Amino acid sequence: MTRCSLAVGVCVALMAGSLALAQNQKVAEKVQPRHSHSYSELTKVPESARARQNPLQQDPEAVAAGKILFEDHCQECHGSSGQNGKHGPSLRAPEVQNAPPGALFWVLSGGVIRKGMPVWSKLPEAQRWQLVRYLKSLGIDEVPVVGNAVADR
Amino acid sequence: MSWSSRWFIFVALLAFYSVFLPYPLQAQENPYIVTYDQFLEEPGNLEVEYFSTYQTQRGGNNSHAYWMEFEYGATAWWTTELYLDGQTTFHDSTVFTGVRWENRFRPLRREHWINPVLYVEYERVNGADKILKEIEGHDVESDALAPNAEARRQINNELELKLILGSNFKGWNVSENFLFVKNLTNEPWEFGYAVGASRPLALKASSTRCSFCPQNFVAGAEMYGGLGDRYNFGLHETSHYFAPVLAWNIPAGWTLRVSPTFGLNDNSHKFMLRWGIAHEISGFGGMVKQLFGGRS
Repeated sequence: MTRCSLAVGVCVALMAGSLALAQNQKVAEKVQPRHSHSYSELTKVPESARARQNPLQQDPEAVAAGKILFEDHCQECHGSSGQNGKHGPSLRAPEVQNAPPGALFWVLSGGVIRKGMPVWSKLPEAQRWQLVRYLKSLGIDEVPVVGNAVADR
Repeated sequence: MSWSSRWFIFVALLAFYSVFLPYPLQAQENPYIVTYDQFLEEPGNLEVEYFSTYQTQRGGNNSHAYWMEFEYGATAWWTTELYLDGQTTFHDSTVFTGVRWENRFRPLRREHWINPVLYVEYERVNGADKILKEIEGHDVESDALAPNAEARRQINNELELKLILGSNFKGWNVSENFLFVKNLTNEPWEFGYAVGASRPLALKASSTRCSFCPQNFVAGAEMYGGLGDRYNFGLHETSHYFAPVLAWNIPAGWTLRVSPTFGLNDNSHKFMLRWGIAHEISGFGGMVKQLFGGRS
């Protein structure tokens, strides 16, 4: 039983360590200036993905459904209105709002894993397109995205 | 503030957070009980899960095995989990059977047709363990016949490796797991497998919030079993199971899974009823960091 307690203790300590490490990494990520390179993933989108059209572009319910999906899965990091998020960059920046739907879908599907954004292909394709419709409906926030402005506002 | 006060606040906050989430989080989980898919926990989120397995036993007492699982998204490419296992054998006793520490890593940056995840687990469980979280080597039904008092004396320290492959196609998730287990005493490598396929009942989300909308239900099936060991690889003296699976992703971060499981040969338990409930706590890592003096 003593050995068992020791094993439990070691596991809990390792879990706590991993949690602390991960959080330190997040802090390190956050102090990086959030200027346009926060959106550099959008420049890596292949042409074929960029050219994809949103099949739900004409769906009258897509924005409302996308809003619910956004609240469930995105707003914790990106903020309730797509900006002022704790971890993610503003989604109302021109880089995002001017990007073609196919590019947003590509980034959403594959995530930006090394920068902390998970893969969202766990959502069915139709739901990701609904999210894209909602993101595009947010519109551009006019305040320029410079330095830490987006993160700190 | 003393550390004991902080711990008290931490536990109280955890309970409060579980009930009054700051965001209307909805989990999006696949229904598998044994098979792993390619998706990791979202960074900073903690999922607390309870799973239960009722199993029939030919020639012995039926049993009820259960485990608690704490799954934390350390980063977008690393998920770590702690398991605490136990079981009750009817007409015998209830015993704690061990702990497991599991890590899953996603090596590739982008989504592909097939997405690999590497799985590494250390487990320290005793011989009375019956949770059947995976089937490996020559695991068979008769292993569970020994009384708890005798079985728990055997302690197993095992290293478990898995290659998890997962794909999504037209709303379907298809996942394959290849299992390699080494008891850290002088025993050979053992092997096993698990495969699963599942699909939400609807692919588009509803434009209003709802609990019973078809997109909240994910249905599918999984199959798993042992593949012998290094010296006796194959299906001889192994057990195999087939199980329909259903998950209900309930709003507010809860997921309910249920899986009636059927043994496919005479070495398998004839029937098992498996179910689990999970609750995802969004932003848990940030909350802990804040409580202990850091920035969220």
